[in-house]
Amino acid sequence: MALRLFAKGWAFHLKTLTSSGFFVLVSVIQPIIFASIAFFMYEQGSKSGTLLYVALGAGLMGIWSSTLFGSGGAIQWQRWQGTLEILIAAPAPFLLVLVPLTLATASIGLYSIVGTLVWGRIFFGVPLDFAHPLQLVVALPVTVFSLGLLGLMLASTFVLYRQASAFSNLLEYPVWLITGLLVPLSLLPGWVTPISWLLAPTWGVKAIRDAAIAGNPSAWPAIGMCVLLGAAYLVLGWFFMQNFERLARQRATLSLT
Amino acid sequence: MAVVEAEDLRRTYKTTTGTMRRRSIEVEAVRGVSFSIAEGELFGLLGPNGAGKTTTIKMLITLLIPTSGSARVLGHDVVKDAQWVRKNIGYVFGGDRGLYERLSALDNLRYFAELYAVPPGEQRRRIDELLELVGLKGRERERVEGFSRGMRQRLHIARGLLHDPPVVFLDEPTIGVDPIGARELRATISSLVQAGKTVLLTTHYMFEADALCDRIAMIAKGRIVGEGTPTELKAQVAEGTVVEIEVYGVPDETVDRLRRVPGVRSVSIEDREQAQALLVQTAPGAELTTALLAQLNGTTVGRVSSREPTLEDAYVALVGEE
Repeated sequence: MALRLFAKGWAFHLKTLTSSGFFVLVSVIQPIIFASIAFFMYEQGSKSGTLLYVALGAGLMGIWSSTLFGSGGAIQWQRWQGTLEILIAAPAPFLLVLVPLTLATASIGLYSIVGTLVWGRIFFGVPLDFAHPLQLVVALPVTVFSLGLLGLMLASTFVLYRQASAFSNLLEYPVWLITGLLVPLSLLPGWVTPISWLLAPTWGVKAIRDAAIAGNPSAWPAIGMCVLLGAAYLVLGWFFMQNFERLARQRATLSLT
Repeated sequence: MAVVEAEDLRRTYKTTTGTMRRRSIEVEAVRGVSFSIAEGELFGLLGPNGAGKTTTIKMLITLLIPTSGSARVLGHDVVKDAQWVRKNIGYVFGGDRGLYERLSALDNLRYFAELYAVPPGEQRRRIDELLELVGLKGRERERVEGFSRGMRQRLHIARGLLHDPPVVFLDEPTIGVDPIGARELRATISSLVQAGKTVLLTTHYMFEADALCDRIAMIAKGRIVGEGTPTELKAQVAEGTVVEIEVYGVPDETVDRLRRVPGVRSVSIEDREQAQALLVQTAPGAELTTALLAQLNGTTVGRVSSREPTLEDAYVALVGEE
């Protein structure tokens, strides 16, 4: 029953998200922008053979943006349209309502990576030769899953704090930077590294790059890290949700917009 | 056994004022509300805007935790047993929010059927029945964003009944719906009771409460000010009569003077397009029309009539006393 609710919820939210004209516009234009960023960064760089490396990072930027706005925005959006109270008052465990929602937003981000690569191929001739297709097929959904669960952890705070989505808007660029999506982590100050280890996009982009680019180490360790972090986010998200939902009912913030 | 019981329910909201110097203020929305609803009863909570109707209903449906007091639905505490209560109640809020606008009515109902654990094999039949009940059959594949307010409201009712709950909470379900739509909604609400459900309805429309409810609690400023069947409530003011005087612009001092006329119980003003209506409730046996008109010297007066009290008069008398 839980699995069915999960699958149905995911499909439902995917349908809601993709039925917006704004979304369609963003999903067409954003990958073009990301592909251009990737290409121009590559052009300015001196190393050869890194075009796919940059393009994959740029593609992941899209998954992160979509998760961040999707998860943060999702709760806020439910508030605005008055469905948050209805979802909370439904007997289904709220975690099982929210996980499919955040995963749906991350899944939409998956399109971004595909779109970025396709546009990169068409406009800038990004070579699409993937070294380990099997690892890539595993790495992509695992990355989407772990980012979705990071979104869940963030979303759980939005149930209580109405202002949290303003904070989430600030997280887009810093995370692009400190997880190595744009520039290699080795170029950043040393204190950034431990923070980046706690963020799923770091391991997600590593897993995808390791799987796609020949000569890189195996993608499995990075895939494993994504799974571990995803599980940790799920536990923390569940814990926050339990407490925040109760607090929101005490403080009467569920219906406020 | 009482199906819904509220015992001395209280709810305080904390809010802040000021931008630079923020001060926290406490607003008491519900101040000790108690009532009980028997099985199969249609119980009305009647009161003006801001009286505490929605806050009371939200505590009963587990969306707000009471500041103090307790409430039980079918014997289960709404705070300790929130999950159980959620499974066994349906609720419908008035207004046109609370639906997934960009999806069809059918998509909305299917999703909520999942959330309410309606067995997959029964979903189709149940949704069909409900679409029929609320009169949306044939429109279910259209996007909700194109629905009128009345249609949305009916979709809300269908959503609230998906899991066939024994207890249904309706919070101002006919608000903003046109007269014909509202009449159809009232017919749907009556049919719920005929089907054996226990219903709590909040409204500020007197005729609606009068027509539908077995019993009514009148609520004002967070307290229950009167309770009984519509007939009992009307009887509280029935001995007197109501003099209705149409006026065109009446100063406050004049209304105060009317209130001081011996034999006058209460005076209220209703706006009616260009004119206002002064509703004066008088003590039994008092023939006050002449005395009242004398006080209105200098005010343009239209039609004057006197009639038997209605539920609305009982409401005005009870709520006005608060």
